[in-house]
Order: sequence, then structure tokens, then C-alpha cells
Amino acid sequence: MKIPYTSEIREDTGLYNAKIGMWLFLASEVMLFGGLFSAYVFLRIGAREGEWPHGLLNIPIGAFNTLVLITSSLTVALSWTTLKAGDFQRYRRLQIVTLVCAALFLGIKSWEYYDKFSHYEIWLNKPLTAKEYPQLAGHSTEADLPITSVVGHIEGVGPFETLASLQEAGMSTVKIHPDAFHYRLTALQQAERRKVEKATGVRAVHAETDEHANVSIDVSHIARMSAFVPKHGTFFATYFTLTGLHALHVVGGALAFAFILWPGARMWRDDPKRYTNSVECVGLFWHFVDLVWIFLFPILYLL
Amino acid sequence: MTASHELGFVRKYIFSVDHKVIGIQYLLTSLTFLLIGLTLMLMMRWQIANPGQPVPVVGGLLESALGEPAGEGKISADLYNSFGAMHGTIMIFLGVVPLVFGAFGNYLVPLQVGAGDMAFPKMNMLSYWLYVPGGLIMLVSFFVPGGAAQAGWTSYPPLATIIPTDGQTYWLVAMLFIITSSLLGSINIITTVIQLRVPGLTWMRLPFFVWTEFVTAFLLLLAFPPLEAGCILQLMDRLAGTSFFMPHGLVVSGQPATGLSGGGSPLLWQHLFWFLGHPEVYVLVLAPMGIVTEVIANNTRKPIWGYRYLVGSVLAIGFLSMVVWAHHMFVTGMGAGIATFFQTTTTIISIPSVVIMTCLMLSLWGGSIRFTVPMLFALAFLSAFGIGGLTGLPMALPMSDVALHDSYYIIGHFHYLVAPGTIFAVFAGIYYWFPKATGRHMNQKLGHVHFWGSLVCMNLIFFPMLIQGLAGMERRMSDGGYNYSAAHPSNEGVVGALSGTVMQLNGVIGWAVLALGAFQLPFIYNFFSSAFAGRRVESDNPWQATTLEWQTPTPPPHGNFVQEMFVYREPYAYSLSHSTQPLTSTRKSNGSNGKILDFETQNQPVAMANGNPAKQEAPV
Repeated sequence: MKIPYTSEIREDTGLYNAKIGMWLFLASEVMLFGGLFSAYVFLRIGAREGEWPHGLLNIPIGAFNTLVLITSSLTVALSWTTLKAGDFQRYRRLQIVTLVCAALFLGIKSWEYYDKFSHYEIWLNKPLTAKEYPQLAGHSTEADLPITSVVGHIEGVGPFETLASLQEAGMSTVKIHPDAFHYRLTALQQAERRKVEKATGVRAVHAETDEHANVSIDVSHIARMSAFVPKHGTFFATYFTLTGLHALHVVGGALAFAFILWPGARMWRDDPKRYTNSVECVGLFWHFVDLVWIFLFPILYLL
Repeated sequence: MTASHELGFVRKYIFSVDHKVIGIQYLLTSLTFLLIGLTLMLMMRWQIANPGQPVPVVGGLLESALGEPAGEGKISADLYNSFGAMHGTIMIFLGVVPLVFGAFGNYLVPLQVGAGDMAFPKMNMLSYWLYVPGGLIMLVSFFVPGGAAQAGWTSYPPLATIIPTDGQTYWLVAMLFIITSSLLGSINIITTVIQLRVPGLTWMRLPFFVWTEFVTAFLLLLAFPPLEAGCILQLMDRLAGTSFFMPHGLVVSGQPATGLSGGGSPLLWQHLFWFLGHPEVYVLVLAPMGIVTEVIANNTRKPIWGYRYLVGSVLAIGFLSMVVWAHHMFVTGMGAGIATFFQTTTTIISIPSVVIMTCLMLSLWGGSIRFTVPMLFALAFLSAFGIGGLTGLPMALPMSDVALHDSYYIIGHFHYLVAPGTIFAVFAGIYYWFPKATGRHMNQKLGHVHFWGSLVCMNLIFFPMLIQGLAGMERRMSDGGYNYSAAHPSNEGVVGALSGTVMQLNGVIGWAVLALGAFQLPFIYNFFSSAFAGRRVESDNPWQATTLEWQTPTPPPHGNFVQEMFVYREPYAYSLSHSTQPLTSTRKSNGSNGKILDFETQNQPVAMANGNPAKQEAPV
């Protein structure tokens, strides 16, 4: 039983079957990510004032990762054209670069994830003020406004800890290194704070530069505590779900390329046209995954 | 084109890549699910008609299988909720959609476009083998702690998330399987229609059934992913403790919900769900319209009236069905502006639906109708769809919808579309194409028993629901409304309490459901006995039909067609009273027995004035 147009092109449509199939699949993927992006818009519009975090993600790292992914898209496109020209060795070298880029992207993403998992927010029973603790200056706009939650790394506490697990471990106080800026300050407020710092010369002490700048908090004063995990709030829930699903797509695409590159390479000898087509189809998918990231980066990191 | 070597049993019937075998696999599996869905409803109707009474016959079995929720063989409120949620889920996602799309689409679309198989046969197999585990996970969820999902087939959070049962997680995972399965199926159908049409089969020569499957495939392709997104988010809510759908200040059973960040929106789920949910309604009904069209054209022996209107309408429905979803959400208190938009689009979408109905009605006009069993079912479809459609109009307008939405009226309304509508069309299709698939006819007498019995029962079930709903009976009540009835001691003299007449209808419906189940037995017997011992077909084209699926050997072998196919004309060339063409050998093979025929098959060369068939250049 032979199916027509598996690799040759049907004249009136100008396509072979797999290419239509891939475009249709991508259409459904657009609707999948479209649904998730809509969820992002819906939740963000509905968020209470000051609740949507700003500036929690590492923009230079995110930008670098964007570059890595774009590079991989370039090598995919180049590898396909070299394959069309019949240069299998050059195609293979280019695709190895693609796979290295994919691994680099996922590695950087995992590092970012880990960094978030060991970053905490502590909601307090007993509010503090920046007047008492100058190192919390980045947490409020006025020195005597009450600060109800502190964000930062906790000394000696790894990822995924919860209030219950700290109590179980018998900790009575935690030492938190506060971040220079609290996410509840809008980007505008953060800029204003920087201006004040510059004008007065008084800086919020940066945690990394002064180890005495941490804030000691009694565990009994903690109302709630959460690492930056999906459960933390709708922003991180959205961030992890969207980037996680995107990362799964990167893994899927990389596996498909690797399969075509090594175990599937026999087809290059038997049916080079079909082999080239399969690279083209997975390439379409790869470019789509790249495109999703191009949308994810600004909406999560920049806006 | 036939397979040159014999395949083993497993490759031939279990993990087959042949679209016809996969179609029949889909058919048998989804019919089984329909039966399961009916059984659940039978038990629910018992509970509604006799609240708190142990279920007769199967009560003990129920208790031993499901434990506490079915204590003493009674259906508890929780179990009633589970059955209700699973009845909807099973009927729609595991029953009707795989039936009209997986079974009929798979079996017929490649045949009707003259293809040897689907464009991606292995993916086709994978599609079926994702549907099966999806269905099994759904069924297994009955037996997990807490029982199956209880929040309705729509699974609205926060309710769905706070009910303490793992069944909801199973529901979500099963849905991911089903969605992936239908995704692969829809890619396959669209690619097959676009790429594998035989030469000469232009878009306007496609049988209408192919058009409906084509549009259905697009709906599944584009509307299911947002629900997939919703399922992923709800899974995150359940497993990772996020709050996508959990709002601030959520109070559960009088206690503030703890351990939640809040900040989510229950409405978000409803939007994601109904973005699928409404196109899904058309998934349920478009392909049946296609089936009915084929059956009507064949049995009235006339070309379908307004083929182009039909095609235009089905495309219009496809587009419009994507912008009407929020009419399912009028009762959420949406703003008047948005409600007006969705009310307008909803009333607009009724126009193409009515155009289709009108075309089919007009097609009957002046025909010499053969009242075969498939035709009876097709005619019943028309009237049932008419009732279902007209009762839907008040739901399009927020003013009347708010009053009717949570009543039995809406249940009556959409069941008229899906039960005596879609399912009758499916029966029409089964009786119609059975001779092609098996080489044997189904028994006419049993077919009549099945049809008339089902027709009466369906109306006895669903028409009273319209009455109950208008009388104010709410849906989803596990006591069948007893607490709101005039018979309830505390309601003495209450104005608007459900009257005895309205309550008595519960009993009528209950018995009618039982009878409906009983009237399916002749069908089941007929189906299997005819498959092995029915009257053999006398030719490859026993109904004297025009479309390509009848131009294959019977049953079609792997690869379908034995000769080169070429299409010369529109799909419904019936009522040709002045055939100028001499009888050729190909015409005799069409079941003509040498008689002058009143029809021309699509692959029959166009007759020229001098009597020689012209080899016509096919427009592509």
C-alpha cells in the first residue's frame, strides 16, 4: 500500500503530505500557546494592584538565552540548505551546533529555575520598617511605611523549603538577605528609589556585599513563607507553566533532530529527498518553538 | 494496490494501519462507551424517579464495586454527581466524537476521496491507541479513592479542584490523551482531503460528508488546544498547588481556603473550556448532517438541493462557531456589552444551520423516497434537529437564557440535538454503510423495531424535560427535585413548588430510558448476527449510490480501489431520466443488471452526443 505525495510534491497544492501535517500541527500549537498567553493576559489584567511582580527574572541571562535559541534556528536553516545541496557532513556539523545550543538553552533555564527555587518570600505577622532596617530600603517607597513581606535568599536554606519544614527542622530564626528591590514596587517606583539613592547618597545595603546586612526574623513572626515556586503566586505559576511547556518542546525538537541525525541517517542513502523533507518539517517545528520563546521573553522578563 | 502479503492477526486487526480497520475499531469502542454512558444514565434516572431507593438488580453489584458512595445499593449524592459528570464526559468525548469523527471519518473520508488510505496511516493507528488509554483512565477513575470526577463534564473550578477526589486528576490526564488523539486524527483527515483526492475530484465535487468531516477536523484541530491549555493549568492547580483558577478570598464550606496564593480566576477556565465547548457542539452535529445528506440523496434518488449553499453554510458554521462560546456563560454575570456581542453571533450562527436544514428538507420535495431503515433514521434526524434547534433559540438571548439555563429545559434542548439528532444520524450511517463494510445487509425488520422503538422513547425522554424545565425544575439535583416539590412536607402551600404532574414526569422518563436501552438490544443483535450471517449484497453498489466508496470491491481490501480512479462529475447525479449512454461493462457492475440506470457514479465518464465516453481533462 503506497501513499502518494509522501515526498514528492502534489502539483495543485505545491506541498508534500508531511509538510501540510506539520503546518496543521503548528496551527494547533498556536492555539495551545494562544490559550496559555490569553490566560496570562487574563490573570495579569485581573491581578490586584501591586500584586504582579516586576523585575524578578534575570534579564541579561534571558536575553542571552534568546540569542542561543536564535543561533540554533540559524544553524537549522543552514543545515537544511546544505542538505539540499547534498553536503551531508556539513549538515551534520551544523546540526550538532543546533543540539549544543538546545542543551545550552536548557542548562541555562535549569540554572534559572534553581535560582528561583532557592529564593524566598516571607510574609510577616509583625511588619518591619525601613527606618529600623535600612537594608530593607528597597522594599518600600517611604522609610516609615510598614513592610509586610521580605524577599531574598535565606542563609543556609536550600530550595523548596516551607515554613512547616523549617519548624520541623527546629529553626527558631531565619537570616534573610533582602533583595535590593521588592517586586511589589513597580518599575517606576524602583526607578524613583534609585533616584533618591543617588541624590541622598544613602544606599540600600546590598546583601551580597555586606554579610551583616541580613535581617534576622523570628520564625514565630512568619505568617507564610514560599520559595519562588509555581505555588508562590500567579506570576510564578504562569512563568513556570509557560517556560516549562516551552522547554518540553525544546527537548522534543532536539530529540527529533538527534534521531534524524544518528539512528535515522540511513534514510539519507535510501531516500535523500524524504530525509531532507524530514529535516525541513522538524525545522519548521524548531522555528515555531523559537518563535514562542520570542514572545515569552518580553512578556515574562521585560513587561 | 492490494497488500501483497498476509499480515498476522495482531497487525491486521489490533495494531492495524488500515483506515477501515481503525474506523471499525473506533466504531466498536465508541458504541461501547455510548452503552456505558446510557447505563450510567439509567441508574441516575432510577435515583431521580425514586430518590433514596436502592437500585434494583444491580444495587448490590454497585455497592461491592464502588463501596461507600453506593452504600446499601443506593446512589448517594456524591455518586450521582460522579455519574452525571461521567455520563457527559463519556457520551461526548469518548462516545459521539470518536463515533462521528474517528469511526465514520476514518472509514469513509479516504474512500469518498478515492484514496488508498489516510495520508499518515501510522499516525492514524497512534490516534486510536491514544483514545483507548484515555477511555480506560476515565473508567478506572470510578474505582480510585473518592470516586470519579464529580464537577460535571465541564469541570468548573474551584469546585473541581476542591472536591476531595483523585478522580478529577484522572479526568484531566484522560482528557490530555483524548485531545492528543483527536489532534492526530484531525491532521490526518485534513491532509487526506487536501492531498489525496483523486484527479478530477475538485472541491465542489466532494461529497458533502467529506466537507463536514473536513470542517469538523479544523474545529478539533483549533478548538481543542485551548482546553488542553486549561487542563494543563488545572493539573498545575491540583498537583503543584498553583492558583490559576482559585480566586482570592476563597471560602470552602464556611472555612477560608488555606495554603493558596489566590489571584486566579474561575472565569478563565470557563473561557478556555467553552472555547472548545462550543465548536465541540458542531463537531457533534456537522458530520451527522453529512451522513444524513448522503442518505437522503441516495434514498430520494435526487441531487441534493443547494449543494453549494450546504458547503457555504458548513464553512460559515466552522468560522462562526469559534466566536459564540460565551453564550454558555451568560449566567456568570458578564457585562451587557459582551453579552450583546455573543447574543448577536449566536443568532447569526443559526442562519447557516437553518440553511442546511432547509436544503435537506427541500431535497425531499418531489422525490420518490425509498423508506429504507437508514432513510427513516435520517428523516427522524431532521425533525429532532428541528426541535433541538428551535428550543435553542431562547438560550441565545441572555434575557431568557438566565431563566432557563440551569433548568431541565436546556438538558432537553441539547439532548434533542445529540441523542435523537446525532445518534440517529449515526444509526442511519451504520445501516447505510454496513453492506459496504461487511458485504452483508442488516436485517430490515429488526431495523424497524430498533427505529420506531428508539424514536418513541427518545421523545418520551426529552420532551418532558422541556416541560419540567419551563416549570422551573433545576438540573443537577440528585433527588430529582423532591425537596422542591409540592409533595415535600415543608413546601405545603408554597407558590411555585414543583407540582405533582411535573414530578410524575420523572417516572415517565425513567421508564422510557429503560425502554430505550431495551430497544437497543435488537440493534446489537442485528449488528453482530448480520455481520456474520446477514443477507449477502448482490453487487458492490447495493444502494445504487453515486459516490466513490461504492466503487470498491466489497468489503474494500487494504488499499481500497482496484482500478485507477478519475472523477468526472458532482457527487449526487441522480434522477437522470434520459440516459443516452449505452450500457457498458462498468455500468453493469454497479448493480444495474442490465437495466437503464437513473444515476451516474462520480467516476463514470461523461457521455458525449455520439455515445463515446470522452476522456475529460480533470480540473485540479
